Amino acid sequence: MEAFASCIIPSDGTPGAREAGVVYFIDRALVTFAVDDQKSYRQGLPEVQKRLHELYPEASLFSAASPEQQEAVLESLDEVGAHTAPRRPRGGFRPGSPAQPLFETLRLHTIAGFLIDPDSDRKGNRGGVGWTVIGREPGHSFQPPFSQIDKDYPGWQPSSATPSAKKDADKK
Amino acid sequence: MKTDQPKYKTTDVVDFVIVGSGAAGGVLAKELSTNGFSVVVLEQGPYLHESDFSHDEIKILHEDFLTNHPKLQPNTFRKTPQDKAKPKRALVYGRAVGGTSNHFTANFWRFHEIDFKERSKIGAVAGSTLVDWPISYADLEPYYTKVEWEVGVSGLAGASPFDPPRSKPYPMPPLPVKANGIIFERAARKLGWNPFPAPMAILSQPRAGRSACVNCGFCLAFGCEVGAKSSSLASMIPLAEKSGKCEIRPNSYVHKIEIDEKGRATGAVYFDEKKNVHLQKAKAVILSANGAETPRLLFLSASSKFPDGLANSSGYVGKNLMFNSSAVSVGVFEEQTNDYKGFAVSRILHDFYELDAQKVGFYGGGGLDARYDMTPIGFAFGRPGERNTSGLPPNSPRWGKDFKAALAHNFTRTFEIFGHGTSLPITNNGFDVDPDVKDAWGLPALRLTYKDHPDDLKLAHWLAARSMELLDAAGAKQKWTYPIDEQQFGVHLLGTCRMGDDPKTSVINADHQTHDVKNLFLCDGSSLVTSGRGQPTMTIMALAFRAADRIMALAKRGDLSA
Repeated sequence: MEAFASCIIPSDGTPGAREAGVVYFIDRALVTFAVDDQKSYRQGLPEVQKRLHELYPEASLFSAASPEQQEAVLESLDEVGAHTAPRRPRGGFRPGSPAQPLFETLRLHTIAGFLIDPDSDRKGNRGGVGWTVIGREPGHSFQPPFSQIDKDYPGWQPSSATPSAKKDADKK
Repeated sequence: MKTDQPKYKTTDVVDFVIVGSGAAGGVLAKELSTNGFSVVVLEQGPYLHESDFSHDEIKILHEDFLTNHPKLQPNTFRKTPQDKAKPKRALVYGRAVGGTSNHFTANFWRFHEIDFKERSKIGAVAGSTLVDWPISYADLEPYYTKVEWEVGVSGLAGASPFDPPRSKPYPMPPLPVKANGIIFERAARKLGWNPFPAPMAILSQPRAGRSACVNCGFCLAFGCEVGAKSSSLASMIPLAEKSGKCEIRPNSYVHKIEIDEKGRATGAVYFDEKKNVHLQKAKAVILSANGAETPRLLFLSASSKFPDGLANSSGYVGKNLMFNSSAVSVGVFEEQTNDYKGFAVSRILHDFYELDAQKVGFYGGGGLDARYDMTPIGFAFGRPGERNTSGLPPNSPRWGKDFKAALAHNFTRTFEIFGHGTSLPITNNGFDVDPDVKDAWGLPALRLTYKDHPDDLKLAHWLAARSMELLDAAGAKQKWTYPIDEQQFGVHLLGTCRMGDDPKTSVINADHQTHDVKNLFLCDGSSLVTSGRGQPTMTIMALAFRAADRIMALAKRGDLSA
């Protein structure tokens, strides 16, 4: 499971799923909010192993396979891929069906375990490393300026060309 | 639980029972109780406090901690009345004391004069039941001002050349500007448009014992932990409780309005937390349960006297639903904007509030705002089985090192332009009860029927085109618009028991009194006659302040006693 999560968010110079403790998050998830997904894991994990053997008959365990082999397995499991127009997530990330194939379930759980509020009791995003990776500063309270752009902003000025002014200009 | 609340017995005939404690219910509870009336507020959700709120995206978005739960309260959906509805989540609304005002974005635009009299100005629109309101902007203006001062709205009077007249400035300055607001402002001005500081129901300064916004970045969908967001929970409920005349009774799920043989409401029947049934007696009943649950409750209260649903002699209960049309475009910028900090919106524009149908070829109008309303998991995740529902650009990788790199680059460099606009009322669109599907209490589930008027979709495309122009002028490195689909899901639940002088084509009169039952009042999103340009909560609160005045005048005249 950890190897799988590591393929979703690898540790490639900066912390990934492994360092964020995603596997602990998932352990806890499967007895709390994701209890319905236990079945998907039970049925799906042997499938991952099976797919590895189909692709690489000589390989032993998924966790011991090379990163290239692991990625090839994930690619073969990812039925969606990344090749169509995006859709706006309605009301946040609310997932749909509880009976998703393992790939989608693990993708959700890895992302959630990597980026969940580290101050929550979900046991994910250890040390806030997920937030650091995406550039979100730790903490729950910020004071402006938030960026160089608003730091340099001179302050609000009304538009010089109001609609009535524009109309006057048009007349001229 | 607060100790200064009275505890009424269900057999006590209180002056008012109010169903729902959200934007409208909270205001009505405060107004009526502080004017000496005894009030019981029945709220189906729990009583949560600031200390119960958190930034746990799983709890809030996945477990629906603050909102209606699809497993307990399933919905069904169909496009037209001829179709068989299928189970599908149709709406999200707040299910806790404070209602949806706990978790909204807090964009607080007043409606403009045109919103109240558009039918007279433009004539009939084919396929729509568009009518004028029985009240005007001038009638509501004092109450908009009341909302701004009593509930707490930040903004800058006179900043928009399109603003309707106002009797008083805002009580506090706008919230600080965000990078996305500055980029939006500069690009809009290049195009000759008139951006201005967004009016927001979030405190820019401490007020009435509440904190100013601390810019935590978890705003839309989340409850405010410091009381800076001007929800009913933060602003109105505490005053209602302090009056000593108002009891807030949470976990009370009303499923029937009791009617006597004379056709008058005598109280509300509800399940308590243990599913025991009670009848709270009252001299008058006010439904502020939202634009879906208010009509549902009227359908659930059908009787031999009211076979088509309570107060439904017009046949308009549940109909004319308007979701507001919308379109979202997204830009990625070179420089870091860090818009994940702070509230969602700091600049908007209203140049397109009233489009010329002759010129653009469709009815409608709207506004644009620059916003960032995504939280970390929401930004990174896409819905299972659907592609790229995240905040990343089209064709982005969904896993692996390129996915991670895209998150690392884009999370702090992305924002959205949100186009909000009109929806036309259509009698086929609405909420009623499903003939088969039941909720966890055995009650018929909400059924949504909705198919956008073609003009609403044309407007959404038109607004998206303006947003893309703006992103272009702003120098976005990448930009795209999310697909504009027919809507099958809503959060703005408007028009389903609309106000009007004609009992044949409306459910309530201008006093929010149902045409059919003298001591039954409806006040929430369902009361709206037109959709406005996408930000209904300000108007719902203003209507509630006005409704309180009207209802108290009737009560003082003795018009509500049996």
